[in-house]
Parts: sequence; structure tokens; C-alpha cells
Amino acid sequence: MLRKCLSANSTDRSSPNDIAGNAPTGRTSRRGFLKATGTAAGGMLLALRFPTLAKAAASGAAQKTSAALTAFVNIAPDNVVTIVAKNPEIGQGVKTMLPMLIAEELDVDWAQVRVKQADLDPALYGNQHAGGSTATPQNWDPLRRVGAAARQMLVEAAAKRWNVATDECATASGQVLHRASNRALPYGVLAEDAAILSVPPLKSVKLKDPKDYKIIGHSIPGVDSPLVVKGEPLFGIDTVVPGMLYAVFEKCPVFGGKVVSANVDEIVKLPGVRHAFVVEGTTNLNGLMPGIAIVADSLWRAEKARGKLKVSWNGGSTSQQSSAGFARQAAELSTKTPERSLRNDGDTAAALGSAAKVVEANYSYPFIAHAALEPMNCTARVQDSKIEIWAPTQNPDPGRKLVAQTLGLNERDIIVHMTRTGGGFGRRLATDYMVEAAWITRAAGVPVKLVWNRADDIRHDFYRPGGFHFLKGGLDANGKAVAWEQHFISYGRNGKFAPSADLSPDTFPANRIANLSYGVSLIPLGVPTGPLRAPGDNALAFVYQSFIDELADAAGKDPLQFQIDLLGKDELLPGKGPGFNTARVRGVLEKVREVSGWGQHKLPQRTGKGVAVYYSHLGYFAEVVEVTVANNGTIKINKVWAVGDIGSHVINPTAAYNMVQGAILDGFAEALHQQITIEGGRVLQANFDTFPLLRMAQAAPIEVHFLQTDNPPTGLGEPPLPAAIPALCNAIYAATGKRIRSLPIDAAMLKA
Amino acid sequence: MQFTLEVNGRAHTVDVDEDTPLLWVLRDEIGLKGTKFGCGAGLCGACTVHLNGAPTRSCSVPVSAVANAAVTTIEGIGDIPAGAQLQKAWLDVDVVQCGYCQAGQIMSAAALLARTPTPNDDDIISAMNGNICRCGTYLRIHEAIKRAAKTSLGSTITKQRT
Repeated sequence: MLRKCLSANSTDRSSPNDIAGNAPTGRTSRRGFLKATGTAAGGMLLALRFPTLAKAAASGAAQKTSAALTAFVNIAPDNVVTIVAKNPEIGQGVKTMLPMLIAEELDVDWAQVRVKQADLDPALYGNQHAGGSTATPQNWDPLRRVGAAARQMLVEAAAKRWNVATDECATASGQVLHRASNRALPYGVLAEDAAILSVPPLKSVKLKDPKDYKIIGHSIPGVDSPLVVKGEPLFGIDTVVPGMLYAVFEKCPVFGGKVVSANVDEIVKLPGVRHAFVVEGTTNLNGLMPGIAIVADSLWRAEKARGKLKVSWNGGSTSQQSSAGFARQAAELSTKTPERSLRNDGDTAAALGSAAKVVEANYSYPFIAHAALEPMNCTARVQDSKIEIWAPTQNPDPGRKLVAQTLGLNERDIIVHMTRTGGGFGRRLATDYMVEAAWITRAAGVPVKLVWNRADDIRHDFYRPGGFHFLKGGLDANGKAVAWEQHFISYGRNGKFAPSADLSPDTFPANRIANLSYGVSLIPLGVPTGPLRAPGDNALAFVYQSFIDELADAAGKDPLQFQIDLLGKDELLPGKGPGFNTARVRGVLEKVREVSGWGQHKLPQRTGKGVAVYYSHLGYFAEVVEVTVANNGTIKINKVWAVGDIGSHVINPTAAYNMVQGAILDGFAEALHQQITIEGGRVLQANFDTFPLLRMAQAAPIEVHFLQTDNPPTGLGEPPLPAAIPALCNAIYAATGKRIRSLPIDAAMLKA
Repeated sequence: MQFTLEVNGRAHTVDVDEDTPLLWVLRDEIGLKGTKFGCGAGLCGACTVHLNGAPTRSCSVPVSAVANAAVTTIEGIGDIPAGAQLQKAWLDVDVVQCGYCQAGQIMSAAALLARTPTPNDDDIISAMNGNICRCGTYLRIHEAIKRAAKTSLGSTITKQRT
């Protein structure tokens, strides 16, 4: 199963320079891309052509120009190959990685490649979203075929020109070769001929033997990075549209609250203010909420005017909700039978009754915000009842649908440009700020750039829902886990979980402990919730992996070996995607045992190592954290070892190592610092003083290893995060004997 | 009110309210979008520029306070050797994930190298701890600063030999 292991530690990262000549995006192909308004029928695999292009190429225009072979590939006479990046770039590296797949099979050198960001056009490009670590599994096969199809067209064009059979031709570095006659033609010379050929069925194209890969598996630096380090405009917030004004939007601090009255007549007279109006909004917490829009000639003047707003709000029933109230409700519900059984294997009550040892623990975690560094913003322009939008978004298509529905427009009358995005983390799967900008531009009749301030961002998020878990575990006389009882108190209504507040009945150790029950009770919630990086898993890993560590401790077993023993035989258990593969879990655990020197060294006092493992979004990660806890409770993370199994290929190693390190640090930030407190139906925190992010001083060295296994490659945005939190908490237990059962970690309880 | 600012060695005259933060003057009046808005309260460092060489959070400085200062932004930092070396090191190490904070990071790092050409780990952390990277690229930022500092030292030695 295991083929090889790729490794990097925090100081010796895979050099991004092994492929030279990366150039920034920015070269615009002259025809084709922007004309692509109509499309052929069918999904991405069929609609590879702009309808007008083949004709344009066939007409033999006198002027030599670049030729679009497909919607993804455009080749200029000078052999510069422009490849379209179909998905939004939010920092996860897809603007580089997805074109790498095409370039590999097109058989060009990366130095020839320029990358161009697609606009929203699902008929041409298929699914264009950024979320759930899905870009790799969804595109690994089709985009390589897109590259191979274009290559095949170029070969066919050359073969025709030379009057030879296509199978006598080969390709290398952007040229078609006919070795028998020692002839070669660059793609740039063949592109116009190739562009009038029909695109071969993608299923039929021949793919390379992976041993011949020159791009996949080699580190390619981010295509936008040369522009980023010079501060060139790239992000949504950098958008400029002629005649644009600046908008701010004040919403009720209580979620879903309505505007009763507002002094917009006074506001509109303030310096620089051009428009001020009440937006009635809708009742859709994910859509256009009620509020007051202020449009001014500068963002500063709009914000200053906002400071003079006097609004009477009606907060409704949510204003009765609070974090403290939720905790009280949870404590009360925990004394009752769960409202609903998610899973009930064997006889848990009896098994607990007869167990040699019973461990009981209550776990909880708070709501948390996303806090992407680029605040929510969107630029929109209304023209002839059509709307053009420039959005830093993870979810352009649902954004367009929301705008169409809310404004009563046809989707075809809305153009969406995807900008580079200053962080997503799931926040920008919601498209509330897009519909706000669209509404305001239409109401004001001018182009506007809507910019949220940080308080807007922290106080109007779709939060990672909090949760409460009441657990009992039973061990037999040999220290084997024989019973697991869990009452999960989450949020939702009428038996339906609130978004991202759910629990799968197959969550491990289900299917491995004979007597196991998962019960659920739900607290109704007026606070919007949604996916935060590794949704569900970012909280559940803490609970499950900490409690398994507790059981190991009660059994007097080594926690890592206990995890391996709990896996049982190698098997594919029911779970997300293809299922939960116990062999792959074992693989990453065994490897992390080796690389971390687990159990090999005697550690100083108040220093400890913890381990955790998690299967999240098709990827497997085992992580070991070493901490030292000072007598005053200060936690110092000394070192992290992470082992991932994301399948047969790590497509872009430099980006992969970076992503793993970032995700683990993200997990530490959540564990150490973050919570959103609801009081009176509103969020108390407003900025980075009260909702802290991790800083450099807390960034521990992280050594990353990948196991390459015979499984389809998958993404990395989410999988490394979940295990980081329990690995840290388990290390703190090893160092101090204090068990962390509530997040964020309370350093005061760790004092010696 | 009219103000004349020297930004990256060029004079710009702008007509704005005197309490307008330098950040918005740079971004929306002068059109230099590299300096970023993150928190508006000097907590994240995304808006870091140099005022007479000192790293400064431009979101928290009114334009009226900088009329006589020389402002350097990310767009101009490459004209200074340490800035150019940092930009190169950032690419060599492939620091960037989303990239939104990186202009501010490079500006803080450039100010560090200007006063401490060969910083140790503690120097780097204390100079950079005010700059948040939400993506968590801190290990690479740290590495890039060290790499740029080495380059910087190397070029000094070369000059001495010639």
C-alpha cells in the first residue's frame, strides 16, 4: 500500500525553485476568454469550447494571434500557454495547482505557462467553488484529461502538417516531435490549426504514466506571489470601478433584527454622504438582512456618518439568547434522555454496568468566528438593469443565485468576477455581502464598493457552532474499550441540526466498540452558523480524540498504541467519501510514532507529548505535539510532528507543506484563544483584541511528512486541522495531569 | 482640506478630511492598494507603512499627522536593498498563502533589517509579533527574513572586497 514518504521539517522545506521561470498572471489572451457568454450544452467535460472560437480560428484571420484550443487552454504564437484557473483562490493554492494538472498532461514546461483566473461560468468550467478540500478530488482526473485532450489536438495538427500518423508523433516541453524525420514544431505554431479540430472525448484521451511527471509532484511557487510581494492590486477590496462610491451597511447587532426607524434624513446631509437608506431585507439569515446603507464619496466619510446613525431596532426573540443560557440549557438536557438516538449498538447501559472501569467526562467548545484577514467586501455596478459583481468569494454561483433571487433578476443578467481572496476558511461560502452590494448599487444607482469593518465581520459571521458532549466510556479488565455512551447537545430545531452542528452516526469509534450509543438533543438557535475550516471535525476531533486519550490513560496503556489497538483489523468502515480506512489511520499513526520519537525520550518535568489522529475531508492526519507548561500555566508548544495520507500524489509539495503548517497553527489558535460569546442575542467580541489570532511568537516548528498511498489524491485545506487541537490538549495532560475538557484552554487551571 | 504627502519619494496632493487615516488616503486617494485594511485599530499590522523609516500602522494615523513625513509603502519598498531582498526571499521561500497580510509583513521586516541587519530569532519575533497572518505562514516568514538577512550580509561583504 505504502509507496513512499515525502517529508519536510520546518527549516528544510521543499525548495520552490526546482521549476524555474514562474511568471505572474496578467497576460490577457486577446480573444476568446471574455467573449464566452454563450456555451455549449453539457457539463465541464463536454463544454470545452467557446462556440464562436473554432469559427474564428477557421476563418484564417490574417493577424497571427493566440488560439483557444479549449476553454482552458490558449496558446500564443510565441509558445506562451495561458491556462485558465477555474476555481476561486482563497490562499489554498488552487490557482497554481489546478493549472499544474493541465500543464502536466499538455506536456509543456511550467516556464511557458501563464495562469488566468476564470470568471464565473459553470457551463464552461463546471463546479467553481472553494470549500471542503474538494478541488483536488473533483479535478484530479478531469483537468489532467483537459490537458491531454489539448495535447492530442496539437499532435493531430502536426501529424496533418507532416502527413504522418499521429502515433509516430511525441511531445515534449511544448513541442510536437517526429523523431523518425527529426522534425519538431512548437505548439505556438500549431495552435491555430489545432483550434479548429474537434476536442476528443475526454474519456478516450491517453494520460501519462505518473513516473513521467515533470510538474505534478514538483514544487511550484504561487502564481500570484510576485504581485503579492509588490503590493499590486489583486484582492476584492482592491477593485476600482469608474465612478464608484463607497458603501457601509449597518445591521442589527441582534441576529435577524429589523429596523424600526433610523435618522437617515440627517445622515444623508453629512459631508460626503450621497445616499442613506433603510434596506428592508429578508428573513433569510444567509441572505439580505435588514439594515441601513450609507453611500459616500470615501469609505472614511461613510464610516464617520455611520458613527452618527441613530437606529431603533427590533431584535425579536433572538435577543433572549446567550452563551450562558445555552450552557444552562445543555446542563439541564444532559440529565434527560436524549431527544433522539443517532446510533445504538449492543447494550451500552449493561456494558457500562459490568465494565471493570467507567470513565465519565463532559466536553464543550464555544462558537467561533472565521476572521479572514480581508474583511468582507464586494464591488457592484448596476447598468441597464444588469449587475456586474467583483467578489472575493468561495461560492460565486450560489452568490449569483442569491442576488438573482433577492433582486428579482435573471442569472444571465449578473456577471460575477472572482477576485483573489484574503482568506476564506468557510466564511466566504456565505454570500451575504454580495447581495448587500448588489442591492445597494441598484438602490443608489451608482457603482459601489461595500466594505465591512472588523466589527461587522466578527459580529455578523456564520459561526462554528458550539456544542456539549456528555460521555461515558467502559473498559474491561484488560483495559479494552467495551462501552461508549455519548449525549451530544447541539443546536437545531425540530430534529434538524443547525448548519455545521451535526454528528455522523458513523463517527469513529463507532463500528469498533460493540456497545455504543450516540444520542442527540437540540437547543433552538437564532444565531447563524456555518462551516469553518474542517466543519464538524474541528470540534468533534477535540472531543473524540481527547476522550480516547482519557480511556487510554484509565486503561494504563500508551495512548498511541491504544489508538492503534482500537482500530482493529485493516478494513474500510462506513464513513465519509469511500469510507473510514483503518489501515490508513494505522499508517499515519505508525509513521508519526517513528518520526516524533514517541516514547523514546524521557521528557523534562511539565513537558509532555500528546497524539491525535483524524480522518477529515478524505485526508488522514496523525499529529504529535510536545508542550512545556510553565508553573504559571503558560503553554509553550515546542514542536509538532504531522503525518498525512492524502493519497498517491502530493501535487504541489511547497504549497502542501505550507498548508499543513498553517492548518495546524489555525487549530492551535482555536484551542488557545478563540471564542465568540453571545449575550442578548448579539456577539460581544469585535476585533482582534477580544478575538485573538495566533501570532508569530506562538508558531511552533512543525515537521510535516506525507505517506503516499495508492488512493486518489485529495486536498489539504481541512484534513490537517482537526487532530492539532486534541494532540495539543493531550500533550498538556501528559505534561500536567490536567485534562482540557472545555475550549478555549484556560491557562489558569494549568498552574502548578 | 488639502495635504501634500511624500509617498515613495513622490509628492501627492490630496483633498480629504483631516482625520482621514493615512491608510485610506494611500489606497483610495493616491491609488496605492498594496497597503491593506485588516482591523482599523492597529491590531493586525496589515496596513504597516514606514514613516521616516519607522514601521507605522497607517489605519491609526490621521493624514494631518503625516504631512511632513516621508511615507514608504510596499510599492516603494523594493527600491531599498533590504526591501528588494525581502521580496525575493518571500518568493524563494514561497511564503504566501492568501497573501493579504504579506505587504504589512514585508514592511515590518524591512524596518527590522534596517535597524538590525542580522536579527536573531528573538529579534524577528519581537519585530513581527504585531503582524497577524491568518493563514499561519509564520514559519516561512521567519525563514524568509533570515534568508534576506543573509543576502544582505553577503552583499555588504562583496562591497567591502571591491
